[in-house]
Amino acid sequence: MSALTFLAVALAGGLGATVRFVVDGVIRSRLRTPFPLGTTVINVSGSLLLGVVTGLALANLVSADWHLILGGGLLGGYTTFSTASVETVRLLQERRYLPALATGLGMLVASVIVAALGLWLGLSL
Amino acid sequence: MHDTAKPVHLRWQYLLLVFAGGTAGTALREAVGLLTPSGGFPLTTMGINVTGAFLLGALLEALVRRGPDAGRRRGTRVLLGTGVLGGFTTYSALATDTSLLFADGNVGAALLYAGGTLVLGALATWLGIAASAARHRRGTSRAGGVA
Repeated sequence: MSALTFLAVALAGGLGATVRFVVDGVIRSRLRTPFPLGTTVINVSGSLLLGVVTGLALANLVSADWHLILGGGLLGGYTTFSTASVETVRLLQERRYLPALATGLGMLVASVIVAALGLWLGLSL
Repeated sequence: MHDTAKPVHLRWQYLLLVFAGGTAGTALREAVGLLTPSGGFPLTTMGINVTGAFLLGALLEALVRRGPDAGRRRGTRVLLGTGVLGGFTTYSALATDTSLLFADGNVGAALLYAGGTLVLGALATWLGIAASAARHRRGTSRAGGVA
């Protein structure tokens, strides 16, 4: 990887994190739900998009550099594992087991399914 | 500050903190990825996510125990938590790599990767929270205060 690509990946990650912050804030301010919907929406949508980008890269429709910038950078910075994990453990500590299960296992299953859908979409374009 | 009524996610100071932190966290994740061997099983991403889960648990617990989410504490949370650790860890790669393992017929590896990250991540978060809580208790008992 060239230094310029590395810089572009890092800055794309900063942009992705900023989009995450705004999307989470907007969802938090509009909807009151028993479980962290913002992180779920972010991680599921980001997984779908990374599936598409990875599928397009596997089909050679997206270059290796753009795959790194959009995938590892933008979508890597947009989605987050640490917040999902903290939100799951907080719900477990409050003995809210069903929301904890939805945040932990539910988010992961949904993300893997939409990532597979995205891969298929990207490969068949 | 004239616009304190504006929500946090729309204030440019916090947007800049998230952007700077997210850039640093993503650079760190890419650097770790470049320095570790890449094979079939995404062990590096797993290590990054579990480490980040531990650190975010420790950070947020330490901040909560110091006082309400405002001023410098909020700035620290947004810069280091939302920005650096949010950018360092990733969910889309976890989901996509799991899908790819399934697509390759490596069902065992897919389940081990996804399930392992989820369980080890939760344990690491819990450990991080417990570590900060213990540190805080030691601090307050030394100072003679009651927590």
